Amino acid sequence: MIVARPEFCDRIFQHFGDRIADGGAGIDMHSIEVGPEHVVELCRYLKDTPALSFDFLSDLCGVDFYPDSPRFQVVYHLYSLAHGHRLRLKCRLGDPPRAPTVTGVWATANWHERETFDMYGFVFDGHPNFKRIYMWDGFEGYPMRKDFPLRGYKDAYNPYGEEKGKA
Amino acid sequence: MGVLENRFPDNVFFSTADSIINWSRKSSLWPETFGIACCAIEMISAGCSRYDLDRFGIVFRASPRQSDVMIIAGTVTKKFAPVVRRLYDQMPEPRWVVAMGTCAISGGVYNTYAVVQGSDLIVPVDVHVPGCPPRPEALMHGLLLLQEKIMGTHVLRKEPEHAAKRA
Repeated sequence: MIVARPEFCDRIFQHFGDRIADGGAGIDMHSIEVGPEHVVELCRYLKDTPALSFDFLSDLCGVDFYPDSPRFQVVYHLYSLAHGHRLRLKCRLGDPPRAPTVTGVWATANWHERETFDMYGFVFDGHPNFKRIYMWDGFEGYPMRKDFPLRGYKDAYNPYGEEKGKA
Repeated sequence: MGVLENRFPDNVFFSTADSIINWSRKSSLWPETFGIACCAIEMISAGCSRYDLDRFGIVFRASPRQSDVMIIAGTVTKKFAPVVRRLYDQMPEPRWVVAMGTCAISGGVYNTYAVVQGSDLIVPVDVHVPGCPPRPEALMHGLLLLQEKIMGTHVLRKEPEHAAKRA
């Protein structure tokens, strides 16, 4: 079942005009497309407007559209504890991917953005503690990118991996 | 055994001494309380009352410095490999390693960038217990095999010639 476009969308479009676009509906929630230059302003608006009050960032993740261009996308899933409604924000990024951090809006974005950096190599400008979270320091590459070999690169612990430079 | 190790000929005195030493070693195998993944659940149930490893003298110890068996019960990731090696190095000799489950033996289904493809690559393994996860009976079988192996060890006696050549 496709969800109906929620009423609060009109209010957001009234405020932001053509800086955002309607991303259409999914089976779970409606989505809005926005550029990286407006994403923090939009997030702050969505959180601080009492009628919207998206006070919970339930997920933040990356998408790799290789070989399309622009190649990457960062996706925010928002939830309002007060109103019980949800919204998805999509933000296309070029290569190398850079986006502003939203840790100032939702503190939980801290670890989510580190995870997205770890797996996709997205750089979040202004992040307070920007480093890998799952993989060890010195790990090369971003494993969730489509051009990263599934079995990883060959080394002493991984004799079945791919040779570097081949891919 | 220091300077006495593998110094003496096969005769009634030293073969009896060896069998007493081996019997005491195999009758008090103390594994580390060390579970990495789901195999640890089977290891725990092997230690609990239904299967009861205690009746073989196998008592779990909370410190590697008090243990002589390491049961690698689960997936060893590359990030965790140095920890496994350090725990092994902290165990006093003589020490043995049981690789429990497919992941510890070969990486199992996790033929990926993050998983060590077999714990043989980190520590010398004495017994491999296959299964995903192995049932407690299988782990018990593996530990009984380890006891058999220990009973065949030459402690005070010289190694037989074919074994000495290999070393």
